[in-house]
Amino acid sequence: MGNLSGNESSIVSVNLPGSRFVFWTNLGRSWYKFSQNRLSVIGLVIVLVVVVSAIFAPWITPYPKEAGPFVNFVDAGLRPSLRHICGTDNMGRDIFTRIIFGFRDALLMAIVVLALAVPVGVVLGLLAGYFQGRWVDTIIMRITDIFLAVPPLILALAVAAVLKPNLMNSMIAVTVMWWPWYTRLLYGTASSLRNDYFVVAAELTGASKVHIIFKEILPNCLSPIFTKIALDVGWVILIEASLSYVGLGQQPPTPALGQMVSDGARYMPTLWWMTIFPALAIVFVLLGFNLMGDGIRDMLETNRG
Amino acid sequence: MLFGSEVNTVMSQPGNSEILRAVNLKKYFRIGKDKKGPIFVRAVDGVNFSIKYGETLGLVGESGSGKSTIAYDVVGMYRPTSGQLLFKDQNIAIQAVKRPLSQKKEIQIVFQDPSSSLNPAQTIEQILSLPLKLHTRIPKRQFRERMVELLERVELPAEYLYKVPSSIGGGEKQMVAIARALASNPSLIVLDEPTSALDVSIQAKVINKLVDLQKELNLTYLFITHDLSLMRNVASRIAIMYLGKICEVADTASFFEKPLHPYTQMLISAVPVISEEEEKLKPKKIVSIGEIGSPVNPPPGCSFHPRCPCKMPICSEVDPEMIEVSPEHTVRCHLFSRPEGTGSKGVQIEEKQPCV
Amino acid sequence: MEVKEKVLLDIKNLHTWYRVYGGNLKVLNGINLMVREGESISLVGEAGCGKTTTMKSILRILPPGDFLIPKGEISYKGKDILKMNPSEIQRLRSQEIAMIFQDPTAALNPVFTLGDQIGDVIKYSIASDGRKGRKEEIRALSVKAFKEVSLPDPERMLENYPFQLSGGMRQRACIALAISSSRNLLLADEPGTSLDVTIQDQILRLLKDIVEKKGTSIILITHALGVAREMTERIYVMYAGTIVETALTKDLFKNPTHPYTKGLLASVPRLSGGGIAKGIPGRIPDYLNPPQGCRFQPRCEHATPSCAESSPQLCEVEKDHFVACYLAQR
Repeated sequence: MGNLSGNESSIVSVNLPGSRFVFWTNLGRSWYKFSQNRLSVIGLVIVLVVVVSAIFAPWITPYPKEAGPFVNFVDAGLRPSLRHICGTDNMGRDIFTRIIFGFRDALLMAIVVLALAVPVGVVLGLLAGYFQGRWVDTIIMRITDIFLAVPPLILALAVAAVLKPNLMNSMIAVTVMWWPWYTRLLYGTASSLRNDYFVVAAELTGASKVHIIFKEILPNCLSPIFTKIALDVGWVILIEASLSYVGLGQQPPTPALGQMVSDGARYMPTLWWMTIFPALAIVFVLLGFNLMGDGIRDMLETNRG
Repeated sequence: MLFGSEVNTVMSQPGNSEILRAVNLKKYFRIGKDKKGPIFVRAVDGVNFSIKYGETLGLVGESGSGKSTIAYDVVGMYRPTSGQLLFKDQNIAIQAVKRPLSQKKEIQIVFQDPSSSLNPAQTIEQILSLPLKLHTRIPKRQFRERMVELLERVELPAEYLYKVPSSIGGGEKQMVAIARALASNPSLIVLDEPTSALDVSIQAKVINKLVDLQKELNLTYLFITHDLSLMRNVASRIAIMYLGKICEVADTASFFEKPLHPYTQMLISAVPVISEEEEKLKPKKIVSIGEIGSPVNPPPGCSFHPRCPCKMPICSEVDPEMIEVSPEHTVRCHLFSRPEGTGSKGVQIEEKQPCV
Repeated sequence: MEVKEKVLLDIKNLHTWYRVYGGNLKVLNGINLMVREGESISLVGEAGCGKTTTMKSILRILPPGDFLIPKGEISYKGKDILKMNPSEIQRLRSQEIAMIFQDPTAALNPVFTLGDQIGDVIKYSIASDGRKGRKEEIRALSVKAFKEVSLPDPERMLENYPFQLSGGMRQRACIALAISSSRNLLLADEPGTSLDVTIQDQILRLLKDIVEKKGTSIILITHALGVAREMTERIYVMYAGTIVETALTKDLFKNPTHPYTKGLLASVPRLSGGGIAKGIPGRIPDYLNPPQGCRFQPRCEHATPSCAESSPQLCEVEKDHFVACYLAQR
């Protein structure tokens, strides 16, 4: 019989490097991997600019009041100038300020949608992947297929139109069509990991299914999950813009990027700045998150041996 | 250089009894069907063996021989198709998930490739905590102490608890896998080619450690490998497999002194050696011919006959039986037979003219 | 055996570094290696010693941007490979030097037939001469190559995909690709290690036959001393990016001198029994901060303080037997 008794009462004082040291070294190594690609760093900068300006919008924008109910026909339709960097719209509101405030709701929507859709999608995908081939897999994946079969924007429009058009309902609509993508992502990753030897070793030694799914398989899926989250923030913002473009989603007078684009379309080409700058803002945000997403993928690659 | 000790003979345990026994073990995998019926891969095709307490049984073969399948049957990854598999006289011919926890604790496995058998996203600490949690009654706050002790046993420094597998070398990863296997205080460890992926000087360290641990902790090993020189120095008994069947079983010394089966001789002569004295020990060079057969459609009669330099007409028709040629040395080959009219005891073995 | 004199490949004092987080991995630390025409040598070393890096440096297939070669020269037929321009390198890779990789499954493209793959190799080899090969010519050369490696039914084999072949046959196909056009130097990276013992035996014998018949030089990379002993005339033992010992095969086994070589030989399990040596204590050095002097010194039981100060160079200790060790040179 093995005689490794665990009954020694001597407290072993081990000089292990502190976890803080390990943490900072890992952070340094992660940053190295991330920053290898200059574009990823640019993306990170863009994202930080957007996020910080959105958080501190009331304090850093030149005309915070104009992001609410405000009308000033005297200053309406002004060209971009030093006073109004992006000009003013047909109601005299500073476009630059409204863009920054528009970021707020866009980011809020992205956070809420992903905070709800990701856990749901990930858990379902893990379950389907672990129980691959059994009825759990079939049920989950067929439901997922149904949701994926409907064009995303149409689904969001339908849900948002049935409910009252406002920010919260559009968030619900987008969440409902967002989780299946994570399920599919995790299904692929989990079902291939499921047969790897380290999972088998855990099963053979008697680990519970919960342990295996969340402690063995999930930690290996973090790279695709977080990469996708980074990219998805950009996509949710785009969807939000699409919804507000057609009048669903955030309602005026609160600014929304898509709505601003749509408003300005009527005044093209004379008041071209009304459309162009909000559109550029959308492009800017998306670009930032896409570039950053590449860096996150590089950073999180688990080295297999 | 210090030398590890010579292979020990069977340690005496409760009456020298067997810890593991397989009787007519079969594992077939169904891979579809054709006009004649379902098609099976006959990975293990009627195998009989036993392991005594404290000994090391070397299971040697090439791809398709079924050696890994047997290992996986023992450990519970697969459920045998038919036959008996007994561990300490209890039936274990069932999958691990259905076995009681106490059996899972007793039988552990070390896989060939430590890069895939250790979770790349976990630290060594997390990897070792699983068996401690499941199989021991140690309270959580004493886990770290115990893990350091386990690492010390395999000569790894305590700092390794914080490392992830990808940051340590292959030999060290395998030591972690061994430490993990030891964490539950097992009595039988299945070693599936544990050093095939390692360099020779690291292999020496790992093997020596395994041999030492066996003596210290009274472990029994089922050692799967294709490396005969290694088995010469580690195993107490060796069984050679080809296409799902055992060809020859013997204690190590007899195995190399007088290999009987042509496949055994072919294997031994194919081993690259590093000294003249070893060359002389090899049987006359049997040139290996042909490809290894497929376990899906094994040839009729003796499955080795297409590659056998000593083939006789009967070999392609009748599958030979396992015959005991001398105590503890059995072989399955038509070159050896029991004369008619004798029982199974006290046989006179008649060896047909040896062809090599 | 005729004395082979003409030098084909001469690596002089090669240093190769990789760029990583935290600095440079100074893997190769002054490699000196020479291959003559028609000679077969093996480069023996364990994982992480830099043998693959050496091969990649010869063919210049190191990951671009992530490496640097601060010192050294690789002279092939008199010209320095490290200074060659792209078209010369192209010619080098398609006509002079061929590499046989370790894992035949990974080395063959799964979506193309064998005929396509070997056809490509031959086509580019002919193109380096400035000609354009005709289809029949390429096909004939392909079949000839497959016959030389004893692949059954060579005509039919051209239509097969790699997954239809066994491991041994794939390795033969890889060898066929390497010898399809006349080459002067083969680099074989652990051929057969991923195969079964009896199949590996066949592959190695095949390789030896081909090399002897065609007079090709071969550098065989392996970690198995037994394989080196059976296959080649001269052995270079490599540790942590340095050549620690080199001698004719029989001399090396009769009189191993460097402590690492001795440790390696002692670790090999013998068919004659006798237990297994305890291996070599310690681990390979951290290439980010390698030891100043002899790289084996931290693990060597005969080390003296002077070993840590400067790297020993290869010195002749008996005829044609060189060792890089201060102990041996005393």
